[in-house]
Amino acid sequence: MSSSLGTVSPVRRIKDRAAAAFVWIAFALAVIPLVSVLWTVVAHGIHRLDPTFFNFSMNGIAGRDAGGGAYHAIIGTLEQVAITTVIAVPIAVLTAIYLVEYGGNSRFARVVRFFVDVMTGIPSIVAGLFVLALWLLTFGFQYSGFAGSLALTILMIPTVVRAAEEMLKLVPNDLREASYALGVPRWRTICFVILPTAFTGILTGVMLAVARVMGETAPLLLTIFFTKAINTDPFSGPQGSLPTFIWDQASDPNQNAVNRAWTGALVLIALIMLLNLAARLVARRFRPAGR
Amino acid sequence: MAKRIEVSGLHAYYGGTLAIEDISMTIEPRSVTAFIGPSGCGKSTFLRTLNRMHEVIPGARVEGKVMLDDDDLYGPSVDPVAVRRTVGMVFQRPNPFPTMSIYENVAAGLRLNGVRGKSKLDDVVEESLRDANLWNEVKDRLGKPGAGLSGGQQQRLCIARAIAVQPQVLLMDEPCSALDPISTLAIEDLVAKLKNQFTIVIVTHNMQQAARVSDRTAFFNIAGTGKPGKLIEIDDTSTIFTKPQEQATEDYITGRFG
Amino acid sequence: MTSETGVESSADRAESVRAGHRARMPKSTGRVGDRVFASAARGSGALVLAIIVAIAAFLVWKAVPALQKDQANFLTSQAWDPNAATPRFGIVQLAFGTVVSSLLAMLIATPVAVGIALFIGFYAPRRLGGPLGYVVDLLAAVPSIVYGLWGLAVLAPHMEGVSKGLNAALGWIPIFGGDSPGKNSVFTASIVLAIMILPIISSLSREVFLQVPRAHLEASLALGATRWEMIKMSVLPYGRSGVIGASMLGLGRAMGETIAVAMVLTYAPGVNIHLLEDGGATFAANIANSFAEASETGRGALIASGLVLFVITLVVNMAARAVVARRKEFA
Repeated sequence: MSSSLGTVSPVRRIKDRAAAAFVWIAFALAVIPLVSVLWTVVAHGIHRLDPTFFNFSMNGIAGRDAGGGAYHAIIGTLEQVAITTVIAVPIAVLTAIYLVEYGGNSRFARVVRFFVDVMTGIPSIVAGLFVLALWLLTFGFQYSGFAGSLALTILMIPTVVRAAEEMLKLVPNDLREASYALGVPRWRTICFVILPTAFTGILTGVMLAVARVMGETAPLLLTIFFTKAINTDPFSGPQGSLPTFIWDQASDPNQNAVNRAWTGALVLIALIMLLNLAARLVARRFRPAGR
Repeated sequence: MAKRIEVSGLHAYYGGTLAIEDISMTIEPRSVTAFIGPSGCGKSTFLRTLNRMHEVIPGARVEGKVMLDDDDLYGPSVDPVAVRRTVGMVFQRPNPFPTMSIYENVAAGLRLNGVRGKSKLDDVVEESLRDANLWNEVKDRLGKPGAGLSGGQQQRLCIARAIAVQPQVLLMDEPCSALDPISTLAIEDLVAKLKNQFTIVIVTHNMQQAARVSDRTAFFNIAGTGKPGKLIEIDDTSTIFTKPQEQATEDYITGRFG
Repeated sequence: MTSETGVESSADRAESVRAGHRARMPKSTGRVGDRVFASAARGSGALVLAIIVAIAAFLVWKAVPALQKDQANFLTSQAWDPNAATPRFGIVQLAFGTVVSSLLAMLIATPVAVGIALFIGFYAPRRLGGPLGYVVDLLAAVPSIVYGLWGLAVLAPHMEGVSKGLNAALGWIPIFGGDSPGKNSVFTASIVLAIMILPIISSLSREVFLQVPRAHLEASLALGATRWEMIKMSVLPYGRSGVIGASMLGLGRAMGETIAVAMVLTYAPGVNIHLLEDGGATFAANIANSFAEASETGRGALIASGLVLFVITLVVNMAARAVVARRKEFA
């Protein structure tokens, strides 16, 4: 049939099919490691997912011993991440406000914007080295959870700036003009009109950024060092953290240690995925009108 | 080698919404048929069903029959890719490939169909550009990007690109609406010339243009927002503009609405 | 950019509105608050720049003493013995491992990432686009320590067979050559890195592909192009520089990746061109592995190597941003 319409030559058809097959395979190639990672972590991590793991530290427990837990590490991670958030978010949000509300297209704003982009690419280990060089070697402070927070802050700032900038840009101009037209000063407009409008978007960005820095290991190795004991004071002395706990246990050849490493990974991934999921829910529930 | 189009009982949908309802008409070969009507009346949608470009939009689908001489465009074993090669299209905004030179733009369709050989390509590119009344303006800069031309030149480049593959039918979707009056005139002259070779269908919002270039005119209308577009009548252009059958057509062309 | 200029103009208008008020009410309550708030915002922006400068400055400062004690040439030596009584260390083996593993990762990841972006943008049902993109983004949410654990426990054992096969088939090519293909090789590290940089390359590519104007897509379809031909004619040329920029950003990420590489790649001194053989070293992994036992000079040497890594990633990132920015002007 369709003789006069002609058909697509077999070569073209085969190329089209091959391309379709290639993109399907490409997607599968991304899903396979994801599923494998999640499955492996759950399968290995489940062994030690017991109350002991959450209620005890590693104090006095050697690699070959059974038992022991990550209480000290979980406490450390939560404290470090909380301090990081408290420092990084105001700086980042103010920077974003500068970029959107004040800087516009000025030279300085363009430079800041460019270096925020560049900052997202700073290797995490370099952030750790920097805090080591500045805070520990120059100022003479000791290893502490707070030093770790400083390193994480450097990693968190650019992510939050980018997210907040995008959200502030979405705030409709009418809102600003309406507020200005009422004679409201600019800073009050920003604090009481613009930020509340962009709030949920920024919150989503912050949660994703928190999830990101929570899994960072490298900078912590250089700043919080190691301890097996509980240290609830983030400002003095080495502190534990989940990532460094996993690193430490995984480098021990004993099966009991390796099991603890996997359970640590399971807890860490669960925390991160929960934050991710919560961020998506927040973003979905309170989507700004501009989108 | 122009062909006749016969449409019968055609409905087109976007998702669940019926965009045009129950259209039947015959489009004569080697003639210009113009589609006129108010915005949103479905004339562009209908045009896009004639080369199966409608279904490119996600969720869009078509019911009914479109015959190109003896071939059903929506027949079960018909490949839309082959249909679009046979029924060429020119869009509202000129859309030359931005990364390709003038030459490559015209040769693009030929290369798809496996035409190799520089001399053969050179010949067809020159012939198509001549047919599109563009050759004299661009012959010295065929290697330059097509995006560097003026809007009117770009649109003629798009016409050259469409006719280079020797289609049976040429569909034009408001081809002058983004152009200045002089470029519009150039395109209208070109349409008058091309109808000796092709079956031409042109959508226009400009009634003077329909009157100037077309042999037959179809008037489309909608009953209201959210209602599907319908074909009110199709007739010789002179008839439509002097003594239309329908009151709605007369209202529209005398400017009483739309 | 339009939204920003829009913001500016509205701010200007607001300025004039306020100026009008001031004429009648000389003491506007907002002035002080405005000035404080504006300086705080501007100061935060300046702080970001200051951090970048401070990173470079302090790394240099703390690296210099160690570099002065270095008995070998820091830039050309293959040795890494900073803790010895006569410290000898150079970056050649670290630079080799870092650059080769990252380049290999980029070469593996880019085609797959582009494939994923095309799949989500042009092949998968439109409704699924968002969720599928989210699945790929989840790969980015997995921390590198977990990739390290997984790479060691799951991937590496599989890689042994793959490496042996590659070695048998393509052993005449030097990078696949060598006598003892293993599982903790630079090649294995590259695979882990490739998985880790997949999401960033694919999500940026996807963003670029989504910006291809419909008119360009329809232009090729109306000429009778198949879906693949449409992608070849309209999508890839338009998105090319965006994809290049994205893969360079991926390269930068791979170079700075620490923990996963430190776990998967066993350390071996020197430069080994046989990438399937066990052992190698990268800047970042070396810092993580040897920091705890480092002497004072050793720490300085690690800081010096970190400085080199910082400079390299900075250059790669800036180049990537420049490529992406140029595309924006073009589009």
